[in-house]
Amino acid sequence: MSSTADKVIEVICEKLSVTADQCLPEAKFIDDLGADSLDTVELVMELEEQFNVTIPDEVSENILTVGDAIKFVEENA
Amino acid sequence: MLMKGKKGVILGVANHRSIAWGIFESLRNQGADVTLTYMNDRMKDGVEKLFKKFDINDVDLLECDVTNQETIDSTFKALGEKGDIDFVVHCLAFADKSELEGEFLNTSREGYAMAGEVSSFSLVAIAKAAKDHLSENASIVSLTYLGSERICTNYNVMGVAKAGLECSTRYLANDLGPKGVRVNSISAGPVNTLAARGISGFTKMLTIQEKISPLRRVNTIEEIGDAAMFLCSDLSRGITSEVIHVDCGFSNVGVGPMEAYNLEK
Repeated sequence: MSSTADKVIEVICEKLSVTADQCLPEAKFIDDLGADSLDTVELVMELEEQFNVTIPDEVSENILTVGDAIKFVEENA
Repeated sequence: MLMKGKKGVILGVANHRSIAWGIFESLRNQGADVTLTYMNDRMKDGVEKLFKKFDINDVDLLECDVTNQETIDSTFKALGEKGDIDFVVHCLAFADKSELEGEFLNTSREGYAMAGEVSSFSLVAIAKAAKDHLSENASIVSLTYLGSERICTNYNVMGVAKAGLECSTRYLANDLGPKGVRVNSISAGPVNTLAARGISGFTKMLTIQEKISPLRRVNTIEEIGDAAMFLCSDLSRGITSEVIHVDCGFSNVGVGPMEAYNLEK
């Protein structure tokens, strides 16, 4: 796994109070990792801050899983 | 130390990106004794994490859900027991995300009432609950946005609520003025906060201010914090019933720099 992926997972673990082994690529933030809708917004904002990117609404709406977040950051950061 | 010996409360810190947090830091930097409130356990958790992160252990935290009069009353009773309150900073607003996109025409009855209650009436309820505990020359400050006075696409029902908040500011200023209490509001430019991200297309609003405001940038929570601190301090003792824009001049732009617009079809 890339170091970017590791860092994304680190951000997810910190924000959602979960462990790295729960962060499987297909794990959904809301259904699998216990996030509420505000958590998902905070997570997106944290990823923006950590990776210095802007994630517009139309994109963030489709970042639903750990894998989605890693893919977005790898392609855009 | 402009705020040394003054104590008060800020309602509405969610996390380190909150404008309320910028205000908290400005007030603390000037020596104020600040209490924070939270709406529910989820929000309390966020503030406690912040205290831990910044190693803060001398700030009181009280529950205050502005849709529940009992918690408003108990908050101000508890604050009053520590002595007179010198400042109250209102940084609260709510509208359902579905109301902050598309046509204003589609605003629901419930959504209109909810936005008005949480974002606008709450200032009145708080001022009333605080009234008997306020010091002479106390200051009440709230946060508003340009969407109250101009059309700001997608801001919709929150624009109506903020118009109500600004108007409430003036009437409250008139009621409390004879007692020496001042009531003002800050109309801040868009800031990337948790609340703001509920507005459809919000990140574009930041780019628009960056491109066409006279200062050609967006506002920081630190500078909005400093303006709020000024309004809480005695430096602003002659100012009341006012809405002060802290928006890099954006609200005064008619036509911005030509290169900012792409009018090609």
